Amino acid sequence: MQDLLFYLFSALTLGCAFLVVANPVSRDPVTSAMFLVLTLVSLSGLFVLLHAYFLAAIQVLVYAGAVVVLFLFVIMLLDPPATQRRRLRRFGLVAGGTVAAGLAGILGSALHRLPPAPTQPPAVEGATVPLGEALFRQYVLPFEMVSCLLLVAMVGVILLSRKDPA
Amino acid sequence: MTAGLEHYLAVSVLLFCLGLAGVLTRRNLLVLYMSLELMLNAANLALVAFSRFRHGIDGQVMVFFIITVAAAEVAVGLALLVALYRRRRSAQVEDLATLKL
Repeated sequence: MQDLLFYLFSALTLGCAFLVVANPVSRDPVTSAMFLVLTLVSLSGLFVLLHAYFLAAIQVLVYAGAVVVLFLFVIMLLDPPATQRRRLRRFGLVAGGTVAAGLAGILGSALHRLPPAPTQPPAVEGATVPLGEALFRQYVLPFEMVSCLLLVAMVGVILLSRKDPA
Repeated sequence: MTAGLEHYLAVSVLLFCLGLAGVLTRRNLLVLYMSLELMLNAANLALVAFSRFRHGIDGQVMVFFIITVAAAEVAVGLALLVALYRRRRSAQVEDLATLKL
């Protein structure tokens, strides 16, 4: 059952990610954003299979919720000319595809030579309680720094998106 | 065959390479950002898989931080894009070639 779900969710993730990057039907950014939602949701399914329940919920809330909505807002703000169809340059296509395929080959061969992992999956449960304990005991400093980072990002965004930067 | 660490890492590698291909080939800045998100998520998947199969919750804490930083990065990046669009009337990379000799 679990394996079936694993294959289902990985196929969904990879298929939708492919459609985000290269949709044969439409090159509209809105289509890409919609398939990005599907990718992120099926990825959170993979997180559930890895027993990272809290992260799966965060993935749906923050990524599939907030981030994609932000993307859609900006797409609507910028409007049609940004979505107009342009010819893809063949050189860029070939070069990009080659680089990505080469990296996949290198990483795949490294994966092939990986020492066998412990076959019995240990009982690491990513429920909210252990994660919160780790977050607020061992990782308090990074946590506070990340909150500062969010504040800085918020101020920066407000400054950047003002109508007439002083 | 039961899904082990290698399976999850293989999915992560493929997802990362799809994102990389998108960053290298697409010309629309918004789609470029989405491909970047795909790459970040590939790293997240690898970290969660390591955390599950290598006894420890540290990987999941790291993923938590990555998600936060990615949200901040998207907000700043999209604000930059909007500012740029106001000035240049374009969101295509080949129109942003001021630094080209």
